[in-house]
Amino acid sequence: MSDLSPKIQMHATHIKKDTSAVVINVITYILVTVFCVMCILPFWMIIASSFSSEEAIRRSGFTLWPSVVSTYSYELLFRSPDQMIGAYIVTIALAGLGTLLGLFLISMTGYALQRRDFPLRNGIMFYIYFTSLFSAGLVPFYLLMVQTLNLRDSYFAILLPLLMSPWLIVLMKNFVKAIPHEITESGKIDGAGDFRIFYALILPNLKPALATIGLFLALSYWNEWYYSSLFLTTKVEYRPLQYHLYNVINKVASLKNSVAGSNVVITDLPGETLKMATAVVATGPIILLYPFVQKYFVAGLTVGAVKG
Amino acid sequence: MQKTYSAQQQKSGGRQIGRMLWQNKTLILMCLPAIVFFFVFSYLPMPGAYIAFTNFKYNLGIFKSPFVGLKNFEFLFRSGQLTLLLRNTVLYNLAFIILGNVVQLFFAITLNEVSNKGYKKIAQSIMFLPYFISDVLVSLLVYNLLNYDYGFISHLVRSMGGEMPKVYQNASAWPFIIVLVNLWKSTGYGTVVYFAAITGMDSSMMEAAQIDGASAWQRIRYITLPTLKPTVIILFLFAIGGILKGNFGLFYNLVGNNSMLFKTTDIIETYVYRSMMNSFNFSQSSAVGLFQSVVGFFIVLGANAFVKHLDPDYALF
Repeated sequence: MSDLSPKIQMHATHIKKDTSAVVINVITYILVTVFCVMCILPFWMIIASSFSSEEAIRRSGFTLWPSVVSTYSYELLFRSPDQMIGAYIVTIALAGLGTLLGLFLISMTGYALQRRDFPLRNGIMFYIYFTSLFSAGLVPFYLLMVQTLNLRDSYFAILLPLLMSPWLIVLMKNFVKAIPHEITESGKIDGAGDFRIFYALILPNLKPALATIGLFLALSYWNEWYYSSLFLTTKVEYRPLQYHLYNVINKVASLKNSVAGSNVVITDLPGETLKMATAVVATGPIILLYPFVQKYFVAGLTVGAVKG
Repeated sequence: MQKTYSAQQQKSGGRQIGRMLWQNKTLILMCLPAIVFFFVFSYLPMPGAYIAFTNFKYNLGIFKSPFVGLKNFEFLFRSGQLTLLLRNTVLYNLAFIILGNVVQLFFAITLNEVSNKGYKKIAQSIMFLPYFISDVLVSLLVYNLLNYDYGFISHLVRSMGGEMPKVYQNASAWPFIIVLVNLWKSTGYGTVVYFAAITGMDSSMMEAAQIDGASAWQRIRYITLPTLKPTVIILFLFAIGGILKGNFGLFYNLVGNNSMLFKTTDIIETYVYRSMMNSFNFSQSSAVGLFQSVVGFFIVLGANAFVKHLDPDYALF
């Protein structure tokens, strides 16, 4: 509006002061604020409960502020931290490896399928896309993983299925589309091979795409509990974080195991606060990282969501 | 004479294909990992759908188990199990799609009316937060609120003299809870999508309307909503295409193996998972899964045809 004449600008500010506009403005602030509070409150409650004493929760339930502050659940958690540290290492290794490998494969495929001089691009794209339209269902997939590929109790059963998805490849293609074809042409004229063009000329231009898709991949590995619940039995000592949390929430048994040997009488075990403390430790990093990475997600959504 | 000609043509055709493949060998190699990936994890299991027509014995494997024809499907239909699953899955999805879109649009427009840019940005980030967390944590958040003995809401109700129902034993409460939790988790995501569509709009129209003295409500009613209409319709149709697919993670973490709640909470995905992992009923489980895949496939085709009819640019294929 800066290039409008002063007269119109004055006029515009006059409209803004119109009462209906003011009312609407106030209402929007209230609505948005209320919704934002609702989004944060449950997280706050978990943190507050994890710092509460077990008796306080037994007496007055989960509250917004612990009536008796206690760090006992965290002390207990860190007294025998093997499970937690193991879960962290497994999760970070899976997320790191899976994200890097997935990014490399997705960007390579996305570039090749966006090359307009590649005659097979539509055929291969349909071959990939079809898998999101029709699948054999969970049971044949499960039997393939367990009976044919023998991946039960293997971390590969988690690493591999999350590497790629048709949606991420389409998203990558949409990012590649924005890079002018002339870059590929100039590489060809200089005599570079297709892979070299991709690696040296295209990849550096794909940084925003790599950030966005890398975050989607990293998040799916970090939040992974589904494939773990399908393929990791009790024989596996260290489970990914969210599956560890799942077990702590759902099974008192694993809860007892996690503090076994630390000389705690089972009846004294602060079940509720320990659940909350485990949740805080398992989710903490993603919440702390969130403010720095969320803008890439927004970028990805605007590129990929409407025109899928 | 003609025969030799066509044979020759075939030969040169084969040679042409060979040359095309050779010329593009690097690009093909670059796609090869993805081709192998989808072959192994998506195409290789497909023949295994045969298991839905067998009485599966684990030690015999899929293809040596005795063939029983449509018996598994028959049982599922006759016992009413499949009808219940279909009802729950479709109704939940309809509620998610309709309510979800209305609330998302509402907040996208509301957010757009917020005049302070910094506040807009912060609000967007905060709304998006629930999308980031795992369903495992979501279940804990709900437990924190609704647990009969210690739950925040339970205590609130009691402190006001009310009587809190035992939510985890009360099936009729869960459609509301699940729809609300899903709204909580997905509103930020959808709001950001619609908000992006709004900010991508031609702003000259908006400025013109402002100068002409249009009220905020008039601007929303006559400019924002009509501009968003195609996006809304297309997102809606694709959502309808997935109407038989359920959000397994959300349902399974909230309800788990609590059979008191199955009547109103069991969807196709949770049934398939449980009957395989808990009761080892591979045949019935896969029959439900196959039913979902086949019917779902035709629904997607229908939705896509409809989108194509409206606007070919948006069609998936």
